[in-house]
Amino acid sequence: MSDLVRNIIRFVFFLLVQVYVLNVVPHLHQLVVPYLYFLFLLWLPFTVSRGGLLVLGFLMGISVDYFTMTPGLHAAACVLVAFVRPFIINILAPKDASEFTYREPSPKAMGWTPYMVYVLVLTILHNAYLTLLQWLSFGSLWLFLLKIVTTTAISLLLIITTELLFPRKLKFRTNTSS
Amino acid sequence: MRNIFLFIRRYSVFLGFLILQGICIWFLFTYNRSHRAKGMGVANEVTGWFNTRYNTVRYFFRMKEENTQVHKMNDSLLNLLSDNFIARDTGQPVMRDTVKLDTLGHYRRFAWRDAQAVYSTINSDKNYIQINRGSAHGIRDDMGVFSSNGGLVGKVIATSANYSQVMSLLHVQSKVNVLLKKTGSGGTISWDGNDPAFLTMSGIPKSDSVLKGDTIVTGKFSLSFPPGKLVGTVDAVIKNSATNFYTLRIRPFANFSTLQQVFVSENIDFDEQHKLDEEAKRKVDFKKTTP
Repeated sequence: MSDLVRNIIRFVFFLLVQVYVLNVVPHLHQLVVPYLYFLFLLWLPFTVSRGGLLVLGFLMGISVDYFTMTPGLHAAACVLVAFVRPFIINILAPKDASEFTYREPSPKAMGWTPYMVYVLVLTILHNAYLTLLQWLSFGSLWLFLLKIVTTTAISLLLIITTELLFPRKLKFRTNTSS
Repeated sequence: MRNIFLFIRRYSVFLGFLILQGICIWFLFTYNRSHRAKGMGVANEVTGWFNTRYNTVRYFFRMKEENTQVHKMNDSLLNLLSDNFIARDTGQPVMRDTVKLDTLGHYRRFAWRDAQAVYSTINSDKNYIQINRGSAHGIRDDMGVFSSNGGLVGKVIATSANYSQVMSLLHVQSKVNVLLKKTGSGGTISWDGNDPAFLTMSGIPKSDSVLKGDTIVTGKFSLSFPPGKLVGTVDAVIKNSATNFYTLRIRPFANFSTLQQVFVSENIDFDEQHKLDEEAKRKVDFKKTTP
């Protein structure tokens, strides 16, 4: 399966899971909204260009937005995540894309600790920005901070669960395109 | 130009990020009602702030013109102020019952009408009050004038069509027949021309007991006003060993310095009484001269 097909499937999968499962199941609390869909962006291959990342982030976000009837809200957060992602990867694993042994960011490719830091930073970023945009229209400061912490915690929990439940079949980079 | 393209190329990702963020925010604030309301609120706040500043500057430069306009406006309004007018009250002519006998069998002798003091002095030794009613309203000479709290003020001494001149009690030539309410002894009240706060009363015999605070009322034999109306209270009893009468210092009820609304009392039978009086005097004098 090529990267393209694989990522298209992931796109649809994350979108549907986010929209029809995580947004539908009763929330633990009104503050605790589980977000998982942006994991699609975190799993994109290293080789995707930064411009491509931005466009993909925008597409993912706007898709979720049209399901949740909040145009621009998730898209803005996703674009931010897509923009920051290369910098984080550069800091945590300062290599060129060609030097990675694996195609995508994963615990195995980066090591658990750097990978978790990578996930944590981007999750906080995503949730903080998302909540900030929501908070512009309503809410107080303490609610805002509390919401960031709780949503980040639940997102991290979901991401770790996903990583453990669905270990990706990691391919080594080869010179021949598969 | 080349540098601009280089710049764009170098920061293309960042620019793309900014553009996409811009689109997202635009979507957010365009299509979400709550965000839109909030955004509009902030926008209004910001534009309002700038508008206020701008207006402050603009007002500064327009101030002179505005001042001129306001001044003209004030001038025209000043001319409309009610202070410029005096209620002539021509709509209220003499309102007097032609029937002097009412159903209870009482005979009306005095009629009252209200008036406004338009001018008054207390600082001279001959103080007058002008009221806004005159002969057109039925005011005639020798009518009594009372203040709004019922204290005697004076007598009308001259009338024009719309105004009347009142001789105040604070007039050195004023002499009014009054009596001490407690004992009923009559006397005359006058003014020595010194202190506008006090009048002088004479004619109370020393056989009466007079104390400070006793009430002085108008006498029974006046042609100008009804008997028993308040005039003042005794402020001090001055004993004069040369005569057999007290000299009383009277504090008048009427506040002459703040007179505004006054009442005018009219003796309906004044003409008759006055004519009778004159007739009697003429007869007596005539008899005297031609014995």
